[in-house]
Order: sequence, then C-alpha cells, then structure tokens
Amino acid sequence: MLIAVGSLAAIGVTLGTLLGVAARYLAVEENPLEAELLALLPGSQCGQCGFVGCAQYAKALAQGEAAVTQCAPGGKAVTEKLARKLGVTADLSGHEDKAPEVAFIDEAFCIGCLRCTQECSTDAIVGASKQMHTVIPDLCHGCAKCFKICPTEAISMRPIPVTLGTWHWDKPGAPAPATALH
Amino acid sequence: MKLFPVRGGVHPDYRKERTAECAIEAMPMPARLCIPLQQHIGAPAEPLVAEGERVRKGQTLAHSQGALSAPVHAPTSGRIAAITEITAPHPSALPLLTIVLESDGLDEWADLPPPIPDPLSAPPEAIRARVAEAGIVGMGGATFPSAVKLGLGTNHKLDVLVLNGAECEPYLTCDDRVMREHADEVIDGARIMAHALGAPRIVVAIESNKPQALEAMARAASAFADTDVVGVPVQYPMGSERHLTQAVTGRETPARKLTADVGVVVHNVGTARAVHHAVRFGRPLLSRVVTVSGGAIAHAKNVDVPLGTMVSELMAFCGGLAAPVQRLVNGGPMMGQPLPTPEVPVIKGTCGILALVPSETNEHRTEPCIRCGSCVTYCPCGLVPVEMAAFIRKDDLDAAARIGVMDCVSCGSCSYVCPSHIPLVHYFNYAKGSLNAQDRDRRKQSRIKEQAQVHTERIEKQAQAKREAAAAAAAARKAQQQTETNADDRASA
Amino acid sequence: MTAHIDKSGPFTHAASSVRKTMWTVALALAPATLFDLWLFGWPAILLFAVTLGASLAIEAGCLAAQGKSLDALNDGSVVLTGWLLAMSLPPWAPWWIGVIGAVFAVCLAKHLFGGLGQNVFNPAMVGRVALLVSFPVQMTTWIAPHPLFAAGAPDLAASIGIVFGHAANLDSVSAASALGYVKTELTRGTPVFQAVQHVSGLKDMLLGLRPGSMGETSAVLVLAGGLFLMARRIISWHIPVAVLGALFAMGTLFNGIDPARYANGVFHLVSGASFLGAFFIATDYVTSPVSKRGQLVYGAGIGVLTWVIRTFAGYPEGMAFAVLLMNALTPIIDHHIRPRTFGRTRKGEPLPIKGES
Repeated sequence: MLIAVGSLAAIGVTLGTLLGVAARYLAVEENPLEAELLALLPGSQCGQCGFVGCAQYAKALAQGEAAVTQCAPGGKAVTEKLARKLGVTADLSGHEDKAPEVAFIDEAFCIGCLRCTQECSTDAIVGASKQMHTVIPDLCHGCAKCFKICPTEAISMRPIPVTLGTWHWDKPGAPAPATALH
Repeated sequence: MKLFPVRGGVHPDYRKERTAECAIEAMPMPARLCIPLQQHIGAPAEPLVAEGERVRKGQTLAHSQGALSAPVHAPTSGRIAAITEITAPHPSALPLLTIVLESDGLDEWADLPPPIPDPLSAPPEAIRARVAEAGIVGMGGATFPSAVKLGLGTNHKLDVLVLNGAECEPYLTCDDRVMREHADEVIDGARIMAHALGAPRIVVAIESNKPQALEAMARAASAFADTDVVGVPVQYPMGSERHLTQAVTGRETPARKLTADVGVVVHNVGTARAVHHAVRFGRPLLSRVVTVSGGAIAHAKNVDVPLGTMVSELMAFCGGLAAPVQRLVNGGPMMGQPLPTPEVPVIKGTCGILALVPSETNEHRTEPCIRCGSCVTYCPCGLVPVEMAAFIRKDDLDAAARIGVMDCVSCGSCSYVCPSHIPLVHYFNYAKGSLNAQDRDRRKQSRIKEQAQVHTERIEKQAQAKREAAAAAAAARKAQQQTETNADDRASA
Repeated sequence: MTAHIDKSGPFTHAASSVRKTMWTVALALAPATLFDLWLFGWPAILLFAVTLGASLAIEAGCLAAQGKSLDALNDGSVVLTGWLLAMSLPPWAPWWIGVIGAVFAVCLAKHLFGGLGQNVFNPAMVGRVALLVSFPVQMTTWIAPHPLFAAGAPDLAASIGIVFGHAANLDSVSAASALGYVKTELTRGTPVFQAVQHVSGLKDMLLGLRPGSMGETSAVLVLAGGLFLMARRIISWHIPVAVLGALFAMGTLFNGIDPARYANGVFHLVSGASFLGAFFIATDYVTSPVSKRGQLVYGAGIGVLTWVIRTFAGYPEGMAFAVLLMNALTPIIDHHIRPRTFGRTRKGEPLPIKGES
C-alpha cells in the first residue's frame, strides 16, 4: 500500500518537474497561434474591435484576452472560424446574422467633405474635395467607419446584391431564405 | 471512324418520339418581347436605345460590355416600351434588366452588315468580329459567347472542331430537327468556324438514336473531305463537351483545363447555323428553335421562337396545358433549370421548355442511403457522390472539395439512379456555389488586405515626411539661432 | 400557375427504389429457401417463420422507440436481414435461437448503429456469429435432410415439439456438415483427401442433399439466384467472383502443396456457405465498398479469410467471420480505393498536357 502510494507520488513529482522544466526551456518565443489567427482576420485595420489593428486583436485573442465576436466586418463567418481555431464556442446570440454589406454614397447628400476618404482604411472611397465621392464595392469590406463619420448621413450600408453570377442553390432541406420568392 | 469508350453514364427514358417528327414551326411574332440584357455568361450588355425609341428588326439594342459579353438585337421592328427589371428565366427568380419591345407588326429590317464574301478565305478576326457583332452564344444551353470560343485558335494548336449534335438530354429534339431540316446551313457554319479556329478537321458527332439527322448531315458533308459525320453511342451525358471530346478523339481533357488544351473545340450545331446566318447574310441572332414538350403540354412542338417571347405565350402556342404541371423546366430534364413562373422570356440558351407531370418526374421522398454504389458506378466523372454528399450534409465543404466536388459537371446521373432518391446533384450545386462564393470572398479579402497595407504604408510615409519636414524646419531654425548666437557672441566679443 | 423551385435537377428519375431492390433480392433467395424448407421439413418452416417474425417485431419496436415512422418496415431491408439470418441457422434449432439472433441482428447490429444504411457490420452475420459463440451446441447440431412428407420426417405436431419443446433429443438424427466432418477427421489424423471421400458426393453437395444450415445446402439454387441478381443489375460480378475466386485459388494452391492437410478448391466452393456468402451476404450494399476496385479487394479478402478460418481456426465454417472482418475494413477500403476522376491522375493531380513537361 505505502509502496504503491509512494511510487505513484514519486512518478507524479518527477513528471511534473520535467514538464515544468520543459515549459520553461522549450517555450516558443512567438506564439504561432497569433499568426494563424491574424490570417483569419480581414486585415483592414479598421479598429472596430477596440484594438489598434488586426495584429493586436489577434494577439489579444491568442492570449485569451479578447472575445471572438469582436470583429465587425468579418461578421459571423470570421467569428465561427476564430472560434473553431481557438476551440471555444462562440456566443452568437447577441450577434445579429447579417449578410455582408458595402457602403453606398447617396449623391444627393454628399457634400464632398473628404472625411470618409480619410477614414477609410482600404482606400475604397474615391473623390476630390467638394466633389461627389464613390465607393468601389470590390475594395469595401463593410467596416462602416465611413457610415459613422459622414456628417450628412449620405452613406448607407447596403447588403451586397445577389446576381445571376453569384446566386447558388441552398443546401437541400434548408429553410427558404428570407428573400425567397412568392 | 474509331470511337473511344467513355466512363459511366446512364440511359434515361428518352421520350423524344413525341416531338422528333414535328417539323420546326415558326411562332407568330408576339405583340411584346422582353429582351434581357444578360442572356449569356459574362458581363450584361449595355443598352444603346432609350424608352420610346423606334427600332427596326436586327438593330443592336444593347452592345457588349467587356471581353466576355454579347450584344442583343431587336427580333422585330417596333417601339421600346420600357427598359425595366423583370423576373429572370432562372431558378433564383432574380430581377434582370430587360428591354421591352412592342412590335409594330411591320417586321421591317434594319440595315444589316454586308455578308462576308468568301468567308473561308477571310481573316479569322473578321469572322470572330462578325460572330461577336451578331450576339451569338453557345446555343446548347451553356450560352458562352461564341466569338470568344472561336478565338481559342490563336493561342492553342487545334486539330479538330467537334460539332455537338449528340443531344443526349431526354425530350429535346430541336438540334435533331435543325440537322434534319437545315443540314447544309449547319455544315457551312461549321466550316466557317473551323476556318476561324484554324482547325483542319471537322467531326459532327450525333447520337446514333437520330438516324435521319445522321443521314442528312452525312449527305450535306459528303462534298467535303475534311468533314466526318459519326454516330456516337446513346449514353447520357454524351453531349458534355469533355465526354464528347473523349468519345470522338480519345483525348481526356485535364481537370481545370479546356478541351482546346488537347486540341479540340466543341460547338453546338445550333451555334453553327447561327454563324452561317451571321456570316453569309449579316443576320444577328434573333430567334432560336425550342422544343416544347412534357406531359402537361397539349401539343408538343419544335418552335422557331423570337428571343424575348414569354414562355407562357409559347406554351399557349402549343395548345396550353392539358394537365397540372409539377415542374416547369428550362432545358432538358437532366441538366435543365426549373423556372419559377412561365412569365419569363425565352432567351438564347433556352433549348427546351418542358412542363412535366408527376409520372414523368417520378419524384419520391428521400430515404436513407443504402450505399449501393450506383452513383459511383454511373458517375461519368469518376467521383464518389455518396461520400461527397455525406461530407456536404455535415457542412464539411472543404472535405467534399478534396475528393473532387468541383470536378462534378452536375450531369445528374447519380441523382437519376439513386434508389433512395437523394438529391445528390442539389447537394453538389450547393457545395460548388458555396465554395465559389468562399473563393470570391477570399480573393476580395486578400485584395483588401493588400490595399490596407498600401494605405498604412502611405499614411506612414506621409507621417514620416511630415516628421522629417518638421525636423528639418527645427534644424534650420536651430542653425539660424546658432548663427545668430554666434553673431551675437562675435558682436559681444 | 406556380411551379416548385425547391429542388435542382434532374427532373426525371429511374424506376429504382430501396424497396424494389430489397424485394428483388428476396425474390432471388426464394427458390433456394423454398427448396430448403422442403428439405428440412416442418421444424425448418417454423424456425424460419419465428426468425422472420421476430426480426419484424424488433424492427417495429426499435423504430417506435426512436419515434420513426413504421413505414420503414416496408422497405424490405429487415425482411432480408431476418431471412438471411434464418438461412444461416441450423434448420432444427430451437425457437429462441431465432429470436435471440434477431435481437442481435436487428437491434444491436442495425439500430444501435443508426438504422438502415448506417451499420458497419452485416446484421445477419452479427446475429449468426453472436449465436455461434454463445450457443455453440445448438448452433452446430446439424441434421441430415428430412424432406417434407418423406418417411421419418416429423409431422407438424412433432415439429412444434422440436422447435418449441424442451431440448428435443436430436442425437438420433444429428449429423455433421461436410466442413465439420473434415475438420473433425483431420484432428483424428485422417488425411483430408480420405475424409472428403466420405462426405456426400459432389453432386449431392451441389444440390444440397446433405446436412448443414439452410443456406449451405442448396448451392445450385443460390447460384441461380445470384445470377438473377446480376442479370437485374442489383449486384455486379465483382464481389462474388472475388470471393469465390480467392477461395478457390487458396484451396487449389494449398491442396497442391499438401493434399493430406488441405481440402481442394472445388470442395471449398461447394461446401459450407460459399455461394450464399459470395452472392447474398458479402454483396450487402451497406457493409461493402462502393467502388468496383474496392469491391474486388473486399471480396478477395473475404475469400482468403474464409479459407484461413476454415483451415486453421477452431470453427469449421468461416464465411460469417470473414465477412465481419472485411466489413470492418470497408471504410478503409473506401477511403483508399476510389475511381480515377475524369481529367485527373490516380493521385488527384490534373493530367499533364502532352507537349508540356
């Protein structure tokens, strides 16, 4: 009895010490997880997660200091990917499932103040001072920073329209989407 | 001629007898035509006319926009009533920008471009330009702009033009009738296309269940040594471009490549006839032959339909409905697309309109898969549908992609034979669409990332420049102060 | 007019269905079964009815317990399972053998794995093997054929006694199956070629006039049923040919090496459940590979394992064990052996274009 307890305890102590030593000496300087997480993020440095840019958010995620639901432009898709990578279950309850959006500028209200072009981190808005601005949809990732800063509310966020080229069949048996036809 | 075996495939009930002996009838010109600006793969055409404008038959209504596009023309003379959105002849039922033309009943021709004299010695570019101008697209249903496909000869060494008269889809007999009734036009068009492609040989491939078409085409081709007409085995999907190429030449087109990469270009017989009209008479593509059939159609027919005719009007021309329709299909029953409503126009790729009743569709409740392996045996692409569908059901699209879902041509053979009535092709269509969307997203994302990088660097550079300017200014100021101090010192000294 | 757009094509379908497939298999089994029921008389008929009835009742119970529709009883799969199980039992076995076998086959092997299409192992064979290891005496008590209405055959009343009574004394009528006899004789030092001469003649073995389970004793009719299934394209030639080919090849090869130790290939083919196994058991859709090349590997595996078990293991007949062992390998075979995709090499790379590298 005593021998059994003793030997098990000895094994435990030895292995524990070994693990502790290994953790100290074999520690990886840079967290590879960080780079992997960064690759999943949109990379547009919009800063809406509360961090300076995507790299900082990735770092915080890797250290477990940030929630996976903070990336606004990434939406549900990115949240799910992050959750899978980190092995956590994302709380999507407070997350409204909206389709990807792009900014749209209403000509009638745009005064050409250039604030949105300065705000945009992907140069997706073109325009000169006192002239109508336009969004290049292919470069817009829907971070909505321009939408928030526009002084005349000329910018609206619109869902990316489905075209004949991008439409595809839903999964068999899936409930019909809201846009289904009569 | 030696033929080569093709893997898999099914032998569906062909049901062609109902229309095979129906000569092509011309549809009377409808009072209103709805001509969508996108009837092809690629960018939509851009309107050249305005509401209220009067146009004449054959006049270009919208011209092509970009390298991959096709113009549309007025099928008759009349007034542009509107340029508006209507429901697309597509399962999505998305709105599609459409020119609505009200016929004036005069059917008055516009000035057409002159015929190309001696097209078989004309430069290939001239033929391609004419085909592009005539708005011709793949008439077999793929609707790929034909002029672009005729340009494949410029960067590929081609040796055969295969003219696709297989018409392996059940019900459809429009190509059969075109070959029987207009064999000379088809052969002439094919020779013009072969010349444009630089292909020295033409093989007309027709499924051997169309003996009259084979005979008519062989007669029309008998004068030309470089043109062969062959009967290929009756085996669905023989009309698939890659499989037909394999059957005729024995060459297997590598995945993600074109048949042109193995020296073959495949064009539909209807396309060849349209090319003949465009080159010899300057006539653009204004109408097409459509097979109207299915158990619910009162009088099944082959109809020469002006593009833009409503499907409902076309069905009315065929005696209307004799029974409730379960499925209204645009194209053949295997690869055709369901139509959301008959209030959609006939477009360039509409080869058939089928109003099917339950006894024809034979739809049943889905049962559990019993792993019988029929789908594997019959898949003409050598895929394992049972496993791909299992992955897709579990939302593991990447695993499905790894075992080849993107190589699926959606021919429908697996769904057709499945004893459990599992909608396999639906799963694959979903997976392919979803994976393509993911791919588009990824590409957009990486472009945005690059752009963000450029943006950050520019901001950084500007800041740097500002700092340097500030530093320079400060240094200058300091230097000046220094000189002043020195001067003061000297002065005081 | 409104049309459905809830489904992509195709909008036509072959006249195939699960039900049709299953009942065609049952039809193919019917001649052999009727012959066997005649051959072994009333006890066999009673046991067959009990096994089939128990299978149906258990299927109904399992479906009801899972809240599934009882329509699935109609698809014929459970009838086939019960049928094949009954075919693999000694014809005069007591009723509870059939019932317990049905519990193992339908409840454990099929429904606990998720129902139709989900099971890894062939249900009928799970039932048989479970019975064989649990009740070796009852499962190896063979009787010589007692055709219906023949002299000495038990009448209905006596048969009820045999099947439902308490351990009827079968010693008077019991006999050894050919494989069992050869195996026993071998342990007693009799060379195989001598022992083989003492079992029934080749013709009797083919016709089934010999002791054995029902499915073992009508090789010709089972073969006819198998060929019928092939003609109807329910099964392909790959699995049966691979099973029988491998079995025959192993038998012939080793018989050539040492005739005193190893029975010859023909003996292996006509004895035991070779034909039933090759045409009806191994070809079970759910538990066999889906690709043709995979089926060849699977079939050959069954043939070789059957021979190995018959020759070296403690059981005279190894078909059931061999099938179960290869069932376990089916997912691995399916994973590694796939058809070649059009336009790709076997490794999945696009074919090279001639002229380029």
